[in-house]
Amino acid sequence: MKLSAPLIYGLVASILLVSAPHAEHLPPWVVAVCAMLLAWRTYLNWSGNALPPRWLLLTITLAGVGGILISFHTLFGREAGVALLILLATLKLLELRTARDATVLIQLSSFIIITNFFYSQSIPTALYMMFTLLVIMATWAHMHTGTLALRPRLRIAATLLLQAIPLTLLLFVLFPRVQGPLWGMPQDAYAKSGLDDKMSPGSISKLSLSDAVAFRVAFRNQAPLREQMYWRGPVLWDYNGLTWTQGLEIRSKQPQLDNLASPVDYTVTLEPHNKTWLFTLDMPTQVSVPATLTYDFQVLAKAPVNARMRYDARSQLAYRANVEEAPYQLKRATALPSGFNPRARQLAAEWRNSLPGDEAILQTALRYFNREGFVYTLEPPLLGNHAVDDFLFETRKGFCEHYASSFVFLMRAAGIPARVATGYQGGEYNELGGYYIVRQSDAHAWAEVWLKDRGWVRTDPTAAVSPSRVQMGLNAALPDNAVLPFFARTQSPLLLKLRFNLDAFTNQWNQWVLGYNTERQFAFLTRLGMEDISWQKMAINLLIGSGVLVGLLSLLMLRQLYTHRKDQVQALYLKFCRKLARAGLARAAHEGPQDFAARAARSQPQHAAAIQNITAHYLALRYGSQPGKHGLLALRRAVAAFKI
Amino acid sequence: MFAALQQKFRTWLFRPKIESGTVTLNQRRIFILPTRQGLGFGFVLLLMLLGDINYNLSLGYVLTFLLATAAAMSMLHAFRNMAQLEIRAGRVEPAFAGDPAWFVFHFHNHSELPRHQLTLRDAAGHTTTFDLPAQHSTRVQLSIPATQRGWLSSGRLTLYTEFPLGLFHAWSYLHFDTRALVYPKPAAPHPLPASTAQEGAGKLISSGDEDFAGLRSYVAGDALPRIAWKALAREQGLMVKQFSATQGHELWLDWSLLPHADTERKLEMLTRWVLDADAAQLRYGLRLPGTELAPDIGTTHRETCLQSLALFGLGAGQS
Repeated sequence: MKLSAPLIYGLVASILLVSAPHAEHLPPWVVAVCAMLLAWRTYLNWSGNALPPRWLLLTITLAGVGGILISFHTLFGREAGVALLILLATLKLLELRTARDATVLIQLSSFIIITNFFYSQSIPTALYMMFTLLVIMATWAHMHTGTLALRPRLRIAATLLLQAIPLTLLLFVLFPRVQGPLWGMPQDAYAKSGLDDKMSPGSISKLSLSDAVAFRVAFRNQAPLREQMYWRGPVLWDYNGLTWTQGLEIRSKQPQLDNLASPVDYTVTLEPHNKTWLFTLDMPTQVSVPATLTYDFQVLAKAPVNARMRYDARSQLAYRANVEEAPYQLKRATALPSGFNPRARQLAAEWRNSLPGDEAILQTALRYFNREGFVYTLEPPLLGNHAVDDFLFETRKGFCEHYASSFVFLMRAAGIPARVATGYQGGEYNELGGYYIVRQSDAHAWAEVWLKDRGWVRTDPTAAVSPSRVQMGLNAALPDNAVLPFFARTQSPLLLKLRFNLDAFTNQWNQWVLGYNTERQFAFLTRLGMEDISWQKMAINLLIGSGVLVGLLSLLMLRQLYTHRKDQVQALYLKFCRKLARAGLARAAHEGPQDFAARAARSQPQHAAAIQNITAHYLALRYGSQPGKHGLLALRRAVAAFKI
Repeated sequence: MFAALQQKFRTWLFRPKIESGTVTLNQRRIFILPTRQGLGFGFVLLLMLLGDINYNLSLGYVLTFLLATAAAMSMLHAFRNMAQLEIRAGRVEPAFAGDPAWFVFHFHNHSELPRHQLTLRDAAGHTTTFDLPAQHSTRVQLSIPATQRGWLSSGRLTLYTEFPLGLFHAWSYLHFDTRALVYPKPAAPHPLPASTAQEGAGKLISSGDEDFAGLRSYVAGDALPRIAWKALAREQGLMVKQFSATQGHELWLDWSLLPHADTERKLEMLTRWVLDADAAQLRYGLRLPGTELAPDIGTTHRETCLQSLALFGLGAGQS
């Protein structure tokens, strides 16, 4: 079978559509080569020139594979595999000779669609997938519908896809979900963004530029105040003069919480961040998934969070944490690297000497930040070797990590045990969904100070400098001209509403489509009234359900075969004859339409044109080779307008 | 034992019998199996499903299920593309051995559903592909080479479609009692025998000594030299020059006149003579062992003669 030009355009379009989303993460040279090959193939198709010889294609293929090998150092794994697949598919277009090649290409392009889901599974991606599928199906159908025009082919493709939707939904809900992975996955299988287990100046302000959602929280009852929403993540103990790290994990005694009050229950839907932290409010007491609570109240999952994850948690907003802390922990919490920041040490020593106790020092330090002209900014000046000194006495412009870091340094220098806690602060309430959205731009760092009889006390020096940061969020705390991510800026109420709508929808999508895993399937089916869910039961339901659906669809589809259209043409013509009969011109049984028309025209010369017109339409519809809808419409109009 | 069972099963399933009249394709007559590319696509889907599970790609599940379901639905479409078609065998024009016989079938589509890419195929693999718009009839011709004279049956034909995606092959067997009459292949031109009329008026007819009488449409088997090439050049279609024949001359195309040659060869030569004599507008009779057709003129006579030649020596079982 010779491949027709429109078919080849369809194949080029299919490959283009499935590869296009990859353009942003493929190496630029792969994008350029593929674009060139596609353009070349289009030109060849348009000009009708012959395909390039095999040796040339082979050379390009080998060069491409070599290039990928150089770019990725491998041919396997996700990134390299996708690049290779797209390159080969594009090359195959230039080696398209038989119908079989075209089929292979079609099936390959539907396979490439799936690779895009490694990078994005959002709603726009899903819509784009449907559009791509439509083009692929229409191209596919092209091979088996001969010379059918584009529009009816698109209709066939759309019909196939639309008919597939009910069964797809059923399969999606009932197909037993297996918790992956089935085999070891390459390291690059997951995206990572979010907090790190170390903090240096700039690491959190960098996150503040990202709109990405970190997690969403739905509170069971009353939500706490915004300034109480400290989502606890990594706790950092060790400082080397520049960077705070978690330090070596020391086997310590169990964390201890006393005097608990004001419990909050909530559900967190955590976006994958490839780390083990499960973010909870200060201080967590219960989490619904298997996790460890460390001695410094971090909640750690058993494995890195690689997929969107939901958990219920309970926190106590009032607490006393580790009132009896182990001495070596306290020692660790006062350690400082020697030789750094002499002026800060001196300031702390002065406070220690002049002030009565730890609590007074703490208040003085906060007052210091509040009164000495510190500025909260996303674009702090660069700091030198003595970062804390430079910040405290020179620049006085910084982001939360600068405040947390220098505050903890001052406390330690004054002999008070202190540590840096990182996580997220605040959240944005989505009224429609009834939940809070916490974005990467809500990333925050604060301090925890250990006071005798009170345990670890959360102290946020940023709040001392810029209270609005914790009360109202980043946007309120920064000057208007600061570079902020789009979503962190408050817009007009309409835009805000739209944004919430979108996010509520996205949240549903995430929960029900993307997050539909073994547990969610189980919960959903239980809610539907299925008991003792087992995969056998699901399979039986699946079979019954698809049987019913297929039966219904077949009925709908096959009905068309058996219902014959009533002969509208004849009916219209008879109506016309009745009108004439009322005027005394009855058609004789032996009289053919033409003879009758001639006779009628003779006796009603003023209507001759209309009579001839109707008869001509009738004859064309009845005996013509290509009766069309237009003719029928014209006949209907003409008969309706015909009056004697 | 197994082979017998298999044969029985096939007989039950396909019900091989020769039919006449109009056949309606109902579900009992339509069979569907996946094609090779259908199986290949199944494999691709399986790979995709494994990928979905492994990488926990929810949207991947959606895509896989969507494609799988669309593929499954394409089976129904394939079935629907053939179902409720009405088929009737048409009259088949006789052909000369060596030429193709054009078997004619009338397909009628009552429904409002246009049918796409239906293919009619015979056992030897000769095919013809056609579309059938909604509420339309079409005349489908399948050319099957006629290799030997006699009756040529179309045999069991297969009507199939792989619409819409080529993943499923839906087919139905059609075995009509339609047959084509195949005349012997005309031998190379050679002079007609002398007339053996009672009056002895006949003489060997050489072309060109007649008066040109006009043109008529070409009929298969007409001698090449008589084709009016000038008329063809004037785009009047394929015409044959006619010459006025001398009335009263009677020509016997006699089996016994022919030199020693085998039966088929003799039949071929007689066929040539019949055609030439007809083209020359001569009155001619045909004498075969056991058959004698009185001298006559005209298309009907010509056809009767050719039929006797075609069926000469073939038992009643073949006719």
